[in-house]
Amino acid sequence: MERRIVVGATNTMIAFILRRLLTLIPLLLGITMLVFILMSLAPGDFLTPVKAQRDVPAELIQAIETEFGLDRPWYIQYVKWLGNVVQGNLGHSWAYKLPVVDLIGQRLWATFLLSLAAFVFAWGVAIPLGVLAAIYKDSIFDRIVSALAYAALSVPEFFLALLFVFLAAQTGWFPLGGATSIEYDYLSFAGKCADRAYHLILPTLALGIGSIASIMRIMRANFLDTIRAEFVTTARAKGLSEFVVMFKHVLRNAINPLVSSFGFAFSGLLSGALMVEIVLQYPGLGQLMYQSILREDQFVVLASVMMGCSMLVFGNLLADVLLAWSDPRIRLEKKK
Amino acid sequence: MILFRIFREVLRRPLGVLSAGVLIALYTAALLADVLAPYATNEQDLERTYHPPTALVWHDGSLQVQAYELVDPTEAKYAAVVGQSYPLRWWGQGFEYRFLGLFKTQRHLLTIDGAEGRLYLLGSDSTGRDVFSRLLYGARVSLFIGLLGITITTTLGFLVGGLSGYFGGRFDFVAMRCVEFMMAMPGLYLLLALRSALAPHFESDQMFFVIVVILSLIGWAGTARVLRGMTLSIRQHQYVMAAESMGQSPLVILRRHVLPNLVSYLLVAATLSIPGYILGEAALSFLGLGIQEPSASWGLMLSQAQDVKVFYLNFWWLLTPGFAIFVTVIAYNILGDVLRDIVDPKMKTR
Repeated sequence: MERRIVVGATNTMIAFILRRLLTLIPLLLGITMLVFILMSLAPGDFLTPVKAQRDVPAELIQAIETEFGLDRPWYIQYVKWLGNVVQGNLGHSWAYKLPVVDLIGQRLWATFLLSLAAFVFAWGVAIPLGVLAAIYKDSIFDRIVSALAYAALSVPEFFLALLFVFLAAQTGWFPLGGATSIEYDYLSFAGKCADRAYHLILPTLALGIGSIASIMRIMRANFLDTIRAEFVTTARAKGLSEFVVMFKHVLRNAINPLVSSFGFAFSGLLSGALMVEIVLQYPGLGQLMYQSILREDQFVVLASVMMGCSMLVFGNLLADVLLAWSDPRIRLEKKK
Repeated sequence: MILFRIFREVLRRPLGVLSAGVLIALYTAALLADVLAPYATNEQDLERTYHPPTALVWHDGSLQVQAYELVDPTEAKYAAVVGQSYPLRWWGQGFEYRFLGLFKTQRHLLTIDGAEGRLYLLGSDSTGRDVFSRLLYGARVSLFIGLLGITITTTLGFLVGGLSGYFGGRFDFVAMRCVEFMMAMPGLYLLLALRSALAPHFESDQMFFVIVVILSLIGWAGTARVLRGMTLSIRQHQYVMAAESMGQSPLVILRRHVLPNLVSYLLVAATLSIPGYILGEAALSFLGLGIQEPSASWGLMLSQAQDVKVFYLNFWWLLTPGFAIFVTVIAYNILGDVLRDIVDPKMKTR
């Protein structure tokens, strides 16, 4: 992907988005094929545990084996699987006894909610902190915040999650895990929302704290760079108040480079969410992926890898579009 | 020599001295684990599970270890026995080991007199193994996985990035599409998939190398991309053209003319990415997919702390591996930033 500085038009933007979405196809093909090969290298298949269950009739197993070509080499299985996927059939999960589409649907929602919450939390805290640290550079506040950011950057997410579980168990202030309480189904709508939010607090903190630190450091550095720019001197010379200079002129320019890291931030959250979900037993995509790898629930693994990658690509795409929107100097243009 | 000059600069800065000192201390402790650890990795004591850290008391003119008795076996509660303690002995006899693989000895820095007592500086785990000893042995795995991983990744990244930057064309195209492919995958997902495919083909004591290989396979892409860009700009220089016209082979040019220009970047990048390997190993082992019992690693030790019993009865000492990881990672991050300030003062953020 290249960015050129030209006069932009909505058409180029749409073409750009379409082109990026098209690159998703070879990417997903490659990744699913990789996963297919990897899983066929591992001994046994997802029918091994099923065959051991007595309540599954042999005819059904036979039917599934032929439907997905399990008795054939991996490339034929892959083509069969692809054919099913194109028709919207992602297969069946043996561990959960559910169609994969339904399963992924629930989990994707949960992970998306968690990532979004962590994202809003991290950016909401990090940007004001970064700005304040830059304005009051070298003050005690700046030093304390920078030191804390350093510490936060170095704590592994799963360890933080583990510490939170300790906290929850010792104090009883927070639920020990999960996304909802047992009585969730009997709550009113507002009660349901509150219950979900209550369960989201710890995972959000565990996931968000690491990214607060990195966003804050970038924000502070950008802000300091922008303060030295000549247009800031001009604005001050015009007699504008310091508040207007800082928040209208400096902040708007300093935040641009951050927007481009949006996509990376999102992808980082997705990967990090896996560990946090497992430790805090949050029923999201990462936890599903982990459990299905352990159980060789092949179709679930494939589908969750596909979802994970797609979310990543969408995150990056969103970042580019946002950047073009927030900075008029950047327009997305065709590759030369 | 540029590395020597950088090292001297590091020693001039307080943060540099601090972080380098912490790292040197950690690695020395890992190397000398046999000497420093009072017990072997797997010396169990099922009578003393979840034992809290033993207190050290001053008694009869020497440092002694407080004696404890089990009060409540269901809740693993221990109470200090008043007036009873065991003398500590410096350089006493313990289990036999090979000192740095050279000669057999039984000497340990700290042991305890009396067969009854146990010295638990950081408590014991679910089978009564000494957490402090396991922390030292685990450091070997956790710390050296970073060094080994970064060596493989840097070599691979330099070869792919350097060659594709130098040759350009079709090779460059294919290599860069591979890099983009690797970077488009969520790292941990790929990690899990690779591990489940590779693991059954290896013994559990080969797991260390399997993990290093997996982590390196994922990590090379970013390095290769940056190095390609740098090589592209370096190859425009006249001395590279001169070397080309003298008929030097591409590999020689890469090693003799391009590599020296990249050394300082590589040093900074390597220091800043080692924590990634340490965390990757810890995460895998934590999930039960990395280093297997009876070996020790920090991530594996932390996975024991996931027990409900541990949360509710507050066996906080089982979390110490997490703090060890934290200290290591923060030391690497600070050292990396110090190095970056030295190598490239323009990138300074403070």
